[in-house]
Amino acid sequence: MAAKRVDPAANAAAFLDQDDIHEPAHDQNLWAARMKRDAAAKAIPEWEELRNIASQIKEHTLTHLDQYLEQFEANATKRGAKIYWARDAAEHNQHVWNILNERKISSIIKSKSMLQEECGMTQFLETRGITVTESDLGERIQQLDNQPPSHIVMPAIHKTPADIAKIFSKAIGTDPDNTDPHYLNEAMREDARKRFLQAGAGMTGANFAIAETGTFVVCTNEGNADIGAAVPRVHIASIGIEKILPKVTDLGIFIRLLSRSALGTLATQYTSHFSGPRKGGELHIIITDNGRSKRLGMDDFWHSLKCIRCGACMNTCPVYRRSGGLSYGATYSGPIGIILDPTFDESKYSELPYHSTLCGSCTDVCPVKIDISDQILRWRKVMAEKKYLPISRRLAFTAAGRIFERPTLFHGVETVASAALKITPHFLLYNRALNPWGRHRELPHFAKQTFREWFMQYKLKNQEDKQQP
Amino acid sequence: MNPREQIFDAVRNHLPAEKIDYPQIPVFQKTITELLPAFEERLLEAGATFFLPADLKEAQQLLVQQHGGGSVICSATPDIKGNRDIRKVKNPHELADVDVGVIRASFGVAENGMVWLTEEDLVVNALGFLSQHLVILLKPTALVADMYDAYVKVSLEDTAYGCFMMGPSATADIGAVLVHGAQGARSLSVYLV
Amino acid sequence: MKVALFIPCYIDAIYPEAGIATYELLQRFGVTVEYPPNQTCCGQPMANEGDQGNSAAAEKLFVQNFSGYDYIVGPAGSCVKHVKQHFDAIPQTDEVKAVRANTWELVEFLHDVLRVDALPWAYFRYKATLHNSCSSIRGLGIAQPSELMGPYFNKSEHLLRMVEGLELVPMDRPDECCGFGGTFCVTDEAVSAKMGLDKIDDYIRNEAEFIISPDMSCLMHQQGIARKAGIDLKFIHIAQVLNGGPF
Ligand code: SF4
Repeated sequence: MAAKRVDPAANAAAFLDQDDIHEPAHDQNLWAARMKRDAAAKAIPEWEELRNIASQIKEHTLTHLDQYLEQFEANATKRGAKIYWARDAAEHNQHVWNILNERKISSIIKSKSMLQEECGMTQFLETRGITVTESDLGERIQQLDNQPPSHIVMPAIHKTPADIAKIFSKAIGTDPDNTDPHYLNEAMREDARKRFLQAGAGMTGANFAIAETGTFVVCTNEGNADIGAAVPRVHIASIGIEKILPKVTDLGIFIRLLSRSALGTLATQYTSHFSGPRKGGELHIIITDNGRSKRLGMDDFWHSLKCIRCGACMNTCPVYRRSGGLSYGATYSGPIGIILDPTFDESKYSELPYHSTLCGSCTDVCPVKIDISDQILRWRKVMAEKKYLPISRRLAFTAAGRIFERPTLFHGVETVASAALKITPHFLLYNRALNPWGRHRELPHFAKQTFREWFMQYKLKNQEDKQQP
Repeated sequence: MNPREQIFDAVRNHLPAEKIDYPQIPVFQKTITELLPAFEERLLEAGATFFLPADLKEAQQLLVQQHGGGSVICSATPDIKGNRDIRKVKNPHELADVDVGVIRASFGVAENGMVWLTEEDLVVNALGFLSQHLVILLKPTALVADMYDAYVKVSLEDTAYGCFMMGPSATADIGAVLVHGAQGARSLSVYLV
Repeated sequence: MKVALFIPCYIDAIYPEAGIATYELLQRFGVTVEYPPNQTCCGQPMANEGDQGNSAAAEKLFVQNFSGYDYIVGPAGSCVKHVKQHFDAIPQTDEVKAVRANTWELVEFLHDVLRVDALPWAYFRYKATLHNSCSSIRGLGIAQPSELMGPYFNKSEHLLRMVEGLELVPMDRPDECCGFGGTFCVTDEAVSAKMGLDKIDDYIRNEAEFIISPDMSCLMHQQGIARKAGIDLKFIHIAQVLNGGPF
C-alpha cells in the first residue's frame, strides 16, 4: 500500500495555530542562527571562494566516487577497522544487529546520525530487545517524546524549555515547573552518564570520511560521540557513501565551513578523527548506500549529494521557520528535505516541493552551493509530469493555459471584473484558492481601466494630436 | 554478486558523465598575524579559560589552587602530577570518577582556540571525555594560524584517534540557550606553559 | 533602440498605474517604447506549479509578441526572472534565446542600460522602506543578497536615493521573503499569511509609511494582509516613485 501523502501546508498551519509561543520562538531562534552565520562568514575574506572550492571538491569526489570508496575501504581496513557494505536500510540494520548479537550486547549509546535515522535503526533494534539511548541532548529529548528530530542540527528546536521540562519530569523525575536550561541539562547529564557506562557499544555517524587515510570525522558540541567511542569497547559507525573526501587537507576547508554555516560558531567544540580502532577497542564501519547511488544517476538532482548536513538552509528558510520541521513528515525537513525526501518516496512526498516560495535563500546560504531552489522547482515538474498534483491544481492550470494561449479571449475576460476574478490575477486561478486568500487578506481592487485600455486611449489621443496641424 | 560489488556496480553505472577536476586550492592570505593573543581571545569565546604559569612548578600549584581539596586528578602528562595513575588504567570505566583530567596538547589553532589531542596524548581516550574538568597544557609557541595549517600538521597516519577540542562541552538544544557541560567536560583551562 | 514594454497580467488589471508610470518614465529618458498589444502572461504561474504543458503555450506566445526588440522591459522582477531563467518549456531556438537575453527588469534597465543618474522630476516626501523581491535580488541580482559575502550594492536603493524628499528607513530583515510565492500564497495560506504579517510588523517597527517595490505581486499580497488587519500602510511600485506619479 502506498504511504499516505504528507500535507506540509496543513501540518504547518497546525504548528502555527497551536499558540503564540512556539512558532515565534522557532522563527527567532533559527533566524538568530542565520545572523550568527552571516557574521562568521563575513569574517572570512575568502568565504565565497571556499564555497566554490568545497562544491568542486564534492563534485570531483562524487564523479569519481567508486575510486574514492575503494581507497577509503582499503585504508580503513589497513588501519584495523572492519568494513561492512549495506545496500539499503534493512542491510544496514542487520549488520548492526549482527555485530551486537554476536557480542551479546544489549544496550547501546548513540550519537546523532541522520543515516541511522533514515534507516529507522532505533526502532529495529528496540524490537529486538536492545536498549538504545540517544546521547545528543536534542535527540534524547526527541526520543523521549517519541518524535523524530525536527532539524538536522538542532533536533528539538521546535520545543520550548517548558515542553522539555514536562518531558523530563515524566522520564527522569525533574521538577516540571523548572524550565531553566542549565537545570534540565544537568539532570540529563547525570542520567546519560550511567547509560554511557552501561552501554556495550557506542554508535556514531560521520560528517566526513577521508579516502587518503581511511579516517572518518565526527563533529559534535557535546562530546557525546567521543564518550560513546571512548568508553564502550565496541564502536560502530554508519557512513553514507557520499561522505567521502579525497584528502586530509580538504578538512581545512570543510571544517571552516561546517559550523560557521550551521550555528555561526567557528567550529564544533569537538572535531574528532577516527582512523582504526582505539587501543583495546573494536571499530566497525557500515558503508551504506540506501538510495544514494540511484540519486547519483539523476541528472537534475545528484548535486544534492554534496550536502554536508549543516542545516543552514533550514535556518534561513522563511517557510521552514514558520512550519516546524515535523511538518515535512520526513527524515529530512526544510529545503534539503524537500529535495531529498522525494528520492525515497515520490508519492508520499509529492507535496513537499510546493511547500516553498522559491525565494532562493537556501541556495545562496548553502556552503557547498547546492542549487536547492532550482531543484525544488524541478521536483515540481516531476510531480506534475507524474500526475501527483492534486486534481484541483491540474484542472485550473489547464484552463489557464488555454486562455493564455488566446489573447482575445484573455483580454475579453480580463476587462470584466467579475469574470476576471476567475482567471486573473494568476494566483487566484483556481476557485478553491479564493477562500484561503480572503481569510487573511483583502482581495485586491480591480482597476477601473486596465493598462491596455489606458494605452489604447493614449495612443489614439496621441495620433489625433499629431494629425491636428 | 555480494552487496559490496552491487554497490560499486550501482555507483559506476550512475556516475555523472561529466567528470569534475579536483580544484586548484590557492594559498589564502592569513588574517591572523599575532597567534597567541588571537588564540587566547578565541579560547574565551569558546567558553574556555587560560593561564600563564611561569613554569611547570607554578602550573602544578595553579592546579592545586583551582582544583584542590579531595579532587581525583588524573594526569596523562609527566609534566603534572595527579593522584590517579593513568598508566595503570586497564578499562576506560575506571576513569568515571575523575574530577580533573590533565593532558598536554601538541599544538593549538589561533583561528578558533582549538587544541589537538591524540590517543597518545590522552593515553586513555576516555580521559578527555569522562573527566568533569580538563586542564590542557600547551606551549605558547605551539600554535598554528588556521585550519589549513592545522591539517597540514596533524598526522592522521600515526594515530588511531585525534580530536580538535575547542573549549568545554556545550549545547544549545534547550531553548537555544548556551549551556556548558552537556556530556563532556564542564570546564576547560589551558595552561600556556 | 527598440524597446518593448512587457506589462504582466496582474499589473494590467490591478495596478495599471505602475504600468503607466513605467511607460512615462522610459519616455522621459527619450526611449521609444512600444506595447505589443497581444501580450498576455509569461507562463510563470503554470511553470511554478511544474506544469510544463500549459506553460509552453504561454511561452510561445510571449516569444511571438516580443521577438525582434532590442530590449523588453517589464516592471516586475519575478516575471522577468521567469523569462530569463526558467523559460524552458519550449525548444530553445535562436529566437527564444534572443528574447530571453533581451528581457530586462525595469530597475536593472534604468540602472545598467540607461545609467540613470538624476531624476529631477521626482519628489516623494515620505518615510518609506524598500522591498526588493526575492526574484529581483537572488534571481536577477538587483541587490547583493544578504546570504552572499561581497560588497554591498542595491540598484533600487541607488535609484531611490535620487528622489527628493524620500527618507528610506532600513528593515530588521531586509531581504526576507514576504510569503507571496505565487500559488504558494493560497495553497500554503497559513505560512504565507504569517510571513506577510511578520513583514508588516517589521515595517511598523521601523516606522515606514510607504512600502516601495519593483515587484507589485509581493505588494499585492502584503497590502491584502495589511488591509485585512486594518493597518494603514501604503504600497507603491518603484516606477511611480521614480516617475513622480501617477499616485
Ligand atoms: S543543503 Fe547545503 S545548506 Fe542545506 S544542509 Fe546541506 S549543505 Fe547545509
